[in-house]
Amino acid sequence: MVMKQTPSQTVGPYFAYGLTAQQYHYPHSQYADGCLVTDQTQGERIRIVGRVLDGHGDVVDDAMIEIWQANAAGRFDHPNDAREARPLDPAFKGFGRFGTGTTPDNSFRFDTIKPGAIRDGVAPFISVIVFGRGIMNHAYTRLYFSDETTANAADPVLEKVPADRRNTLIATRNDTATGVEYRFDIRMQGDNETVFFDF
Amino acid sequence: MSKFTPRDWASHPSYLSPEYKSSRLRGVSRNLVEIDPELAELTGPAFGEEVLGPLDNDLTRNGRVNGEPLGERIIVTGRVLDENGDPVPNTLVEVWQANAAGRYVHIRDQHDAPLDPNFLGAGRCVTDENGEYRFMTIKPGAYPWGNHPNAWRPNHIHFSLFGPTIATRLVTQMYFPGDPLLDLDPIYQSVPAQSRERLVSQFSIDVTEENYALGYVFDIVLRGVNATPVEA
Repeated sequence: MVMKQTPSQTVGPYFAYGLTAQQYHYPHSQYADGCLVTDQTQGERIRIVGRVLDGHGDVVDDAMIEIWQANAAGRFDHPNDAREARPLDPAFKGFGRFGTGTTPDNSFRFDTIKPGAIRDGVAPFISVIVFGRGIMNHAYTRLYFSDETTANAADPVLEKVPADRRNTLIATRNDTATGVEYRFDIRMQGDNETVFFDF
Repeated sequence: MSKFTPRDWASHPSYLSPEYKSSRLRGVSRNLVEIDPELAELTGPAFGEEVLGPLDNDLTRNGRVNGEPLGERIIVTGRVLDENGDPVPNTLVEVWQANAAGRYVHIRDQHDAPLDPNFLGAGRCVTDENGEYRFMTIKPGAYPWGNHPNAWRPNHIHFSLFGPTIATRLVTQMYFPGDPLLDLDPIYQSVPAQSRERLVSQFSIDVTEENYALGYVFDIVLRGVNATPVEA
């Protein structure tokens, strides 16, 4: 390596008018938000709802969450995934971003689709990135689905996670009047601290 | 899927940096679980020119209401590179900052310094084929914060970058050379000593435009990712 990585710094408390401007009603454009789907998007519509909690269990109201996921066929919209057998969906890019400062309970909310498994033998999942004041390096985690019990049990990444911590990565499915909702709280610290990954 | 350099923890701050109070209850406290990168980490969103508005890279113009923003005009430019020194072209660079008086547009910022009706403090651009980016802006002011008695943040500009995949994602802050507050700032000081200076931009007379604006250079190095597309 001839160059060294530029150090990370916290996103701080004031990212909203730069990174999530329209969500927070600032006069600046925003190119990705909590809605990843259009009427044309293929796949099962789901909503992801969760909160970020600090070491005291208090809700973090100035975090920013990003998600990245495959489409319903298990294909990523990116040149490194060239698997033609799994079609791209022109109505799905797979990226979302949401700050926790605008909903009444300071939750994050994503309207998306349930991704397909990206290959045989792995459970479907969504990559989640957590940013916030006090979080010096963005933290990577994954969201798995509570109704994928069999696939989760065989998933090689979940297998690497200590058994008593796997539950922190499983979003709980609720069938509500407005559709399928998965609950996914992110605990930065504490007994039930969410598993974060390095790769 | 071949080359993929790890996050260099000798370059990044610790999650728990107690001098920075907010990290105490928010920093990841348990060991990260190491996983082998696969397609999910070797892909990521690719935002390019299509998300740019015409004035997005000129913060001296994109917030104007009835005049020019106050303060010292500056040019901030540099290259986005990977660890091999190769340019990272066509990647989105986003910035946000305080105004010349040290006040953010953000509603939570209640520092008793004036807002500038003609300055928003947010912008974005995309790197060119050489990995170069360039912003025109106003030099941000220092501002007080509640971390400890008489705490002041050094002048800084926030940066957010994607790079080719979610593994190369980076959020950081750019500082200015010779700022006496750097030695006292727990956010800057949270970075290991040997890598701190990478966050400090360099004054450049070559970038400086005569009779117009001082120039600062800030190069940014992302993790190296050189994945081979997965077929079949």
